[in-house]
Amino acid sequence: MTTEQKNIRKKLQATDQMNRIMTVYFYGLNEAATSGNKKVAWCTSVGPAELLRAMGFAVHFPENHAAMLGATRMSTDMIPAANAIGYSPDICSYLTADIGAYLKGITPLSKAYKGIESIPKPDVLVYNTNQCRDVQDWFAWYAREFSVPIIGITSPKNINEVSSAHIDDVTRQIEALVPTLELISGHKLDMDRLRETVSLSRQCTELWKEVLETATATPAPLTFFDGTIHMGPAVVLRGTPEAVEYYQVLLAELKQRIAEGVGAVEDESLRIYWDGMPVWGRLRQHSDLFAGLKANVLASTYCSSWIFQAFDAQDPFRSMAKAYLELFIVRSDAYKEKYIKEMLAKFRIDGIIYHDAKTCPCNSNNRYGMPQRLEAETGIPALVISGDLNDLRCVSDEQTKTNVEAFIEQLEEGK
Amino acid sequence: MPKQLFVGLDMGASRTKVAVIDQDGQLIGHAVKKSGIDFSATAAACLDASLEMAGATRADIVNAVSTGYGRANVAFVTETSKTEIGCLAKGCYHYFPEAITIIDIGGQDNKIINLDSAGRRSNFKMNRKCAAGTGAFLEEMASRLDISLEEMNGLARQSEEMLKIGSYCTVFSATEVLESIRNGKKVTDIVKGLFYSVIKRVLEMDAITERVVMTGGVVAHNPYIVEMAGEMIGRPIMLPPLPQLTGAVGAALYARDGSWQQTVITAREKS
Ligand code: SF4
Repeated sequence: MTTEQKNIRKKLQATDQMNRIMTVYFYGLNEAATSGNKKVAWCTSVGPAELLRAMGFAVHFPENHAAMLGATRMSTDMIPAANAIGYSPDICSYLTADIGAYLKGITPLSKAYKGIESIPKPDVLVYNTNQCRDVQDWFAWYAREFSVPIIGITSPKNINEVSSAHIDDVTRQIEALVPTLELISGHKLDMDRLRETVSLSRQCTELWKEVLETATATPAPLTFFDGTIHMGPAVVLRGTPEAVEYYQVLLAELKQRIAEGVGAVEDESLRIYWDGMPVWGRLRQHSDLFAGLKANVLASTYCSSWIFQAFDAQDPFRSMAKAYLELFIVRSDAYKEKYIKEMLAKFRIDGIIYHDAKTCPCNSNNRYGMPQRLEAETGIPALVISGDLNDLRCVSDEQTKTNVEAFIEQLEEGK
Repeated sequence: MPKQLFVGLDMGASRTKVAVIDQDGQLIGHAVKKSGIDFSATAAACLDASLEMAGATRADIVNAVSTGYGRANVAFVTETSKTEIGCLAKGCYHYFPEAITIIDIGGQDNKIINLDSAGRRSNFKMNRKCAAGTGAFLEEMASRLDISLEEMNGLARQSEEMLKIGSYCTVFSATEVLESIRNGKKVTDIVKGLFYSVIKRVLEMDAITERVVMTGGVVAHNPYIVEMAGEMIGRPIMLPPLPQLTGAVGAALYARDGSWQQTVITAREKS
């Protein structure tokens, strides 16, 4: 293996269209917050966005904002400001980066979108603890800061099988949000609009799933690193026609690549699965590192977490509840293992990498013996790398590089 | 006619090691120096010293492989690099061709590597981002105790009542050590406690198999650590002839076994 050789992943043409719809989205959000033409709701990534959108809110996703802080490598300078007011360096570095940036009066939105001066001030904060408790604490800080209501769903966790009791519980909790949201938005919930939004979310999901599944082809036309960027619309624009249109375009491009036998990585020789969060500030380096070794990280738990097949326009509330509960992060290790095992087979994976993110235990699936169990069961080698999503103080580039190179050597020698 | 020699260069964060082997895999020249800040100069000095020991010149080098932390930084004679994990595996299997667990305690990091009976790596682990259990931990503690690294092995051997160090954080451990000094604990007992702590940190990294090989500079300079580790796991530890050079030997073996037609020319041109 020569370390010199560089093999960069190919750019997707659809990126420009994605950038356009994201631009419109962020300006719209800014407009709502500054002109008051729409109420602004903040929502966790798998919170009840469909409901908020159907009720006419402009929806801001702080996790998306925090990921931008990470990807622009601003986060590590922001985190200490939140640490200093009592938010530990050991808790979610999305939270600490986002609150730190707010305290310092900084946002990557201003750099990316001229004229936007700050994050959109919320009229209401809506969380779902299906992913972790940190989101609730994160939103609670802003609720105090802006003196706005905070409401949400306290989700069951570590679920083996999603039962009707779980769904009943969360359905009732979503329904209970409606009166407060009606009061804040000033209008009644229109069930037809909710059905339509849920239907659009479902379409978005189906397309996003198809996009990710194009990576079952050999060579795979996309990488995990592309996925982390191109999932933007699935996160912040689900429930809108723009997201649906975008994924139609992206899917067509990927299908074209397959038809032409074009891989995202030149001479793909190893197929890797990524479990856990990306290291946002190292997307490029990691992408180059793997591509340079002719390894394609082509499937992941993370990108697949925005597939919600339960959405059903006929039964919006219950289907939303089911979708938010079926999520990988809400499930037990027994379920997660089964899921990953299926993914390894489906994408014909040679090796799996677990990212042990220092500040996000909920997305670090290596901590209860799973890599060892799955390796014993499937024979597919595993590697755990230590790092973090946003706090680069927890990332050792040299160790990551050596670990990854040694892992690829191991896979090559074992072939 | 020139000799047919193969070079392995292991550019560690703390020490640079060079091994020169012949076609039979016999180690005929070697050198170890502090890596310092000029990696290329250190590498060149190590290479010259080992060639001299081998009674050879650069023209005798058929192929070379680099490994270690600085593997990509040193261009001379090497066209190819391998990770230190791969090289340690190759080097250890050369001496112990069976299913083994390799425990390497280096200056900056530790590694545990499991090999199957065919020498294939089944898994490996490197320590995480801290100094616990590494040579750096011992260096830090030696300076706190105002003793030299070289003295540690002898001191630990004289211990009668080992100090138990509870924390795995280097800073916390230093506090514990300082407190023990204040309480009049003997340096010998403290040093043995530090050795014990290093071994414990390493053993908790991964499960180990029946046959255990230890390598690395810390092991090479502190045979007592090896004895202690053997006692802790309840079976003797196997050591390659020069534990600190195992990675370099592995790199040299890769150089011998690789496809090197291309490199022959490059190496000669560069010499
Ligand atoms: S899941 Fe992890 S990264 Fe996401 S908000 Fe919770 S703690 Fe932060």
